[in-house]
Amino acid sequence: MRIPILKLYDCLLVSIQWELDDVTALQFQEDLLHKIHETSANGVVIDITSIDFIDSFIAKVLGDVFSMSKLMGAKVVITGIQPAVAITLIELGISLDDVLTALDLEKGLEKLQQELGD
Amino acid sequence: MEFQSCVKIINEWDIVAARQLGRNVAKELGFGTVDQARITTAISELARNIYLYAGQGSVSIEKLNINGKSGLKIIADDQGPGIEDIRRVMEDGYTTSGGLGAGLPGAKRLMDDFDIESIPGEGTKIIATKWLR
Repeated sequence: MRIPILKLYDCLLVSIQWELDDVTALQFQEDLLHKIHETSANGVVIDITSIDFIDSFIAKVLGDVFSMSKLMGAKVVITGIQPAVAITLIELGISLDDVLTALDLEKGLEKLQQELGD
Repeated sequence: MEFQSCVKIINEWDIVAARQLGRNVAKELGFGTVDQARITTAISELARNIYLYAGQGSVSIEKLNINGKSGLKIIADDQGPGIEDIRRVMEDGYTTSGGLGAGLPGAKRLMDDFDIESIPGEGTKIIATKWLR
């Protein structure tokens, strides 16, 4: 199953609603980059409120999505990281330092507007 | 040992099956959401290592009850190439697969007990336990 990517003005909006397997995660990475290219979006919000754990593979995919989108000129904000997810990621040794994050979708969109300067 | 359940790891979908089994058992045992996430993540790392490096193997989940202490034990077993230098694979950031190199050292930090046995050419067995507090 593919993760739907919605266009909202000049941004893309993604809500990951189910547990990610490796194949779906990699497919999403590719789909998102194509969608950025197709729509000329300059910002992306990925909401992961429903995700209750992130392992090193998914963390790498999310980090790569951030860097790859940046190469294409789009900023990515990841929102809705649950307390348990934040705790396990840090214990795992992954801090995703360069990735932009916000508490929830609303704050993510605000952050994106600030980053994009309008 | 009162309960044991096993998932064969052959493809990527089995990684999902193994961590779902682990999460369900962790829930049944009464682990909180943070420990459930720790256990699920550790299983995911161990199952993925089997898939990536050994090709196939198995992940077993065991409920423990020792002297009134409950816990969950993960046994990740494979007959893959084994690990030449265990100290090296337990270092943060060491990877031969292009990953983050967080898998084994990370899984060790997420669990309470972590034991790794490996014989080059024969396989690897990792036993990790989380105790209910």
